[in-house]
Amino acid sequence: MTQLATREAVKAKQDDVQRRGRRLGWMSLGLGVAQLAAPDTVRRISGVDDSPTTRTVVPLVGARELIHAAGLLTSRRKSTWAWTRVVGDAMDLASLGVAIAHRNGRRRRRLVGVTGAVVGITVVDLLTAVQATRAKRIGSTRAVRGSREGGPMELTATTTIRKPPPKVYAFWRELDNLPTFMAHLEEIRTTGDRTSHWSASAPFGKNVEWDAEIVDETPGEKIAWRSTGNADVPNAGTVRFVPAPDGVSTEVHVVLSYNIPGGAIGKAVAKYFGEEPHQQLDDDLRRLKQVLETGQVVRSEGAPWGKRARKEFPQRPAQPLSDSEFAKGADS
Amino acid sequence: MRANTWAGRNKVKVRDVPDPRILNERDAIVRITSTAICGSDLHLVDGYVPTMQDGDVMGHEFMGEVIEVGGGVDPDRLRVGDRVVVPFPIACGACGACAAELYSCCENSNPNAGIAEKMFGHPVAGIFGYSHLTGGFAGGQAQYARVPFADVGPLKIESDLTDEQVLFLSDILPTGYMGAEMCDIQPTDVVAVWGAGPVGQFAMDSARALGAAKVIAIDKEPYRLQMAERAGHTPVNFEEVDVRSRLLELTGGRGPDKCIDAVGMESSHGSAHVHAYDRIKQAVRSETERPHALRQAILSCRSGGIVSVIGVYGGFLDKFPAGAWMNRALTLRTGQCHVQRYMKPLLQRIERGEIDPTRVITHTLPLDQAERGFEIFKNKQDNCEKVVLKP
Repeated sequence: MTQLATREAVKAKQDDVQRRGRRLGWMSLGLGVAQLAAPDTVRRISGVDDSPTTRTVVPLVGARELIHAAGLLTSRRKSTWAWTRVVGDAMDLASLGVAIAHRNGRRRRRLVGVTGAVVGITVVDLLTAVQATRAKRIGSTRAVRGSREGGPMELTATTTIRKPPPKVYAFWRELDNLPTFMAHLEEIRTTGDRTSHWSASAPFGKNVEWDAEIVDETPGEKIAWRSTGNADVPNAGTVRFVPAPDGVSTEVHVVLSYNIPGGAIGKAVAKYFGEEPHQQLDDDLRRLKQVLETGQVVRSEGAPWGKRARKEFPQRPAQPLSDSEFAKGADS
Repeated sequence: MRANTWAGRNKVKVRDVPDPRILNERDAIVRITSTAICGSDLHLVDGYVPTMQDGDVMGHEFMGEVIEVGGGVDPDRLRVGDRVVVPFPIACGACGACAAELYSCCENSNPNAGIAEKMFGHPVAGIFGYSHLTGGFAGGQAQYARVPFADVGPLKIESDLTDEQVLFLSDILPTGYMGAEMCDIQPTDVVAVWGAGPVGQFAMDSARALGAAKVIAIDKEPYRLQMAERAGHTPVNFEEVDVRSRLLELTGGRGPDKCIDAVGMESSHGSAHVHAYDRIKQAVRSETERPHALRQAILSCRSGGIVSVIGVYGGFLDKFPAGAWMNRALTLRTGQCHVQRYMKPLLQRIERGEIDPTRVITHTLPLDQAERGFEIFKNKQDNCEKVVLKP
């Protein structure tokens, strides 16, 4: 199975858990509203309308159902909330057990019926809770499955830049320009006509360096490169510069491939790419466009650190930076 | 410096914040002399536009004096000492959208383009003081502001017009004007405008300036309708009459040729149960808009007419009358205003006396009273139409 296919399977399972969690949430909402709005009807159906205590207990159980509902309908963390339902079911079954022991005849028959229904619901809750917990565990291994076993990963992205292809090509061919817009690169040093030495910045895994060579290029049209020697993260890339239909702009098409290793470096790389690896490359190209069209990576008070703005949201407030915050920079 | 900030839903607070500094080489710092509260600020304060954060400096309508410029600002375009009005969309002037004069869709000015793209399909321009979705830029309800791409947007005011005469070139006058311009107005046209707030008033004035035969103002606040009536427009109070019947009456049964929605996502409705339906759905976030004005505009417009939308929408709406729109050959046009496109021509109209933007100002308050300004504007107290703040 390819990496992407695995990710899709995990995502499908997570979606299913979300959906089922929501369904339980709606059920809780219905039960809660019924118990709060018409407690006497609920008491009669359950056969406990003979006890004054239940006049207090039934609305309280209803209120609890509303809490389950709120959690299941609004939170992404369905596993936690599904378990709260399981706990609630246990409480309900215990109370029902006590109620059955104290009753006979018609009321007892009703209570047994209700207890049967609650047992059924408990089974569904338990299943959902177990699966939600399991899906969470699978999901947390991040985008690049198997940060332990590693594997290949390919990313593609494209943008249109309002500069002619020879200009965009020339900017990219000066490889030391790449770190100005590619977030994971610290520095590229040219070591020969076609060879260079690359180093990655902290979020990509500290001290990751490698040599690279250009393996194919057509001036103004295309550059292809790959890492050489014993790179920690073997990688390769191709960028094509295609004239856009407007006659002035360039379509930039990038394909990057990484061979993610196991171990600590693989883990750091996987963490860097996060759950949406394509987003990183999209953002890199957005910054390339900003640099080529406007001269710089654009900064706002909420996102003042250019390419080092790793986390998109929540940001710092859209409010000017103090001197000390500015001096500390992106790491503050 | 002092600045008006977002402090949670339904709460703004004037606080001390650091002075702005140059972050990009094409930035300028402006000492603000006049700023204003916009109807769209209310959507932010009410919590209907996502991605606001505690401490965000608000405000996107401001003007003042340039006190510092970055090293990349072309001195032929802008210098220290220039008096400028700042357009609310931040635009680079160099991308494909800017080249097409679609400044509010600038492809480079939003550092949070990734978030905006998820929400809207494609990113939108950065906007001052208008959530992190539009960049997280500190706004202009403050003593000073940083203005990115200062050599592109700000309009120099070299004549002796007052702040009040030119301040609204930053947003509401061009927005109202664009609403009318999108209507492609003909001399035979009856134009109906939903919303007699400041933008609606300017849409009405613009429709007349562009040659409309008759302009109708629809609102429920008598003082706002009176303001429109004093300017020569025909008032319709939707709390007193059935809008559709009244519009048919006023147009010989044809319906208005062109309709402008200057209300947006928080409209109210004459019919209590329809209002309740949308209000509840909006409160539980199962739709983000209360689009009565838009629905009514589409249903009222004559067949083949144009519905122009300048009221702000942020997400998704229900019960869109697609059948009326499609079967009656209506054209729907919209957009956040491409302010930079309209500033110069509208400045000339102001200089020639064709449009008087000062007519909507009802309150002028010191910046420190911004909280009160929001209060009376939101609750339409004291016949409030437009609040100007003085830092």
